[in-house]
Amino acid sequence: PPPLPRDMATPARDGEAATGTTIMACCFDGGVVMGADSRVSTGTYIANRVSDKVAALHDSIFMCRSGSAADTQAISDYVRYYLAAHTTEVGRAPTVKTAATLARRIAYENKDQLLAGIIVGGWDAVQGGSVYVVPLGGTMMQMPFAIGGSGSTYIYGHVDAQFKEGMSRQEAQNFVKKSIAHAMARDGSSGGIIRLVTIDANGTEREYIPGDELPYGP
Amino acid sequence: RTSTSRTPPRPRSTAGPPTTAHVRLFTFLLAMSFPWETSAGANAPAAGGPHQHTSRPIVTGTSVLGIKYRDGVMLAADTLCSYGTLAMFKDAKRLTTVGDNTLVGAGGEYSDFQKIQHMLEDITGDDRNYDDGYNHSPSEIYHYLRAVMYQRRNKMNPLWNNLLIGGFKDGEAFLGSVDMIGTAFTDDFLATGFGAHLALPILRKRWQPDMEEGEARELLEDCLRVLFYRDCRALNKVQVAKATAEGTIVSDPYTISTNWSSASFMQNAGNLQGDGGW
Repeated sequence: PPPLPRDMATPARDGEAATGTTIMACCFDGGVVMGADSRVSTGTYIANRVSDKVAALHDSIFMCRSGSAADTQAISDYVRYYLAAHTTEVGRAPTVKTAATLARRIAYENKDQLLAGIIVGGWDAVQGGSVYVVPLGGTMMQMPFAIGGSGSTYIYGHVDAQFKEGMSRQEAQNFVKKSIAHAMARDGSSGGIIRLVTIDANGTEREYIPGDELPYGP
Repeated sequence: RTSTSRTPPRPRSTAGPPTTAHVRLFTFLLAMSFPWETSAGANAPAAGGPHQHTSRPIVTGTSVLGIKYRDGVMLAADTLCSYGTLAMFKDAKRLTTVGDNTLVGAGGEYSDFQKIQHMLEDITGDDRNYDDGYNHSPSEIYHYLRAVMYQRRNKMNPLWNNLLIGGFKDGEAFLGSVDMIGTAFTDDFLATGFGAHLALPILRKRWQPDMEEGEARELLEDCLRVLFYRDCRALNKVQVAKATAEGTIVSDPYTISTNWSSASFMQNAGNLQGDGGW
């Protein structure tokens, strides 16, 4: 039988911080909502309880990070740099697909060395809102919504039941908040606060949900 | 005299962020309690030694089936990519066209199949740009992929896929299989993965040369149904692709019917009267 994927909550190297995590992104009519918890753990110790796992790659493109904190920070730095160079050369805003492809190239070509599960989402003039997931190994898939990180396993049933096509902005935000809260409630490697980023044609809006005001739990 | 028993190093302050020593202690203890966790990645090279590659598959597709029929060749596969036991992507496209002549279907690591798709797109792009009226034949694509897979195997860094290549050019149907170590052969009907165990016996019994399109599709659907019944990593949502004189086409995903209403299924085997069996 095929071996199971490495447990995301266990660090790959001694002393390394892992983002045992719940990350999520969901398209709505006109944009994308991206969210994440804020717990960074080294083994069973919470190294950072308020981290920001939704990294900006460009004005309207963000990336949710899960897996090794070091690996995903490095990948987001590289993608941010390449995307900025690409934008200068091409003279217009980059597409979400380009950002996702850059992340995928890095993840695929270095698949033996990296432990990174990434969700890239944003708004561009070509597709409107879109979400791409790049799991371990470097596959890239476009999805209407995506979940990732160790906490995602606890909410597959929930998101399958609650997701519907063509949600409004508010519905999508509530869907993401509620799903992440449920995962945080049950996954020891996820917790803290929820950071939400809503991206549409007009720009980005960040929201901070404190740990004592979660829609469910902890 | 100092006590001989070891006490853990104290953090400089009881509140606030941990010191390096504090964090190191935790990870040291962690490493001690999980001895099977190596301190380096899965395939870390020996200090100064050669790099190993052979990564393990992460996101995987299961069986692919292929048969020759009257008008050409038909391939079939379900639309599932699994992440270990998790059915992660239920809309994944595992069949692709290569120009107007050839179809390629893949099981195994999906990221490696996406890489193979890019390589094949380069080939069709070259064909288009040469614009000399010649396009690669299915047999050439098959031989190209065999070479690629075998060379990667020699470098101990395989593309972790089991491929079926089917096509129709100049009145001739072609169907071949290439696996992750470069084993390559052709036949009238083929199956990879679980399909090799479960679908091939069905195909051996029911395949005829010159089947009509409807018959061929029904035969493949029957095989996919059995695979859904018996393969943990299969799905009842499938795609079928054909290569004929008119060109190549891959269908949209659709759901196949399944039967759960046989009388013997509905019998409860766990009753007190029974033998307690299943």
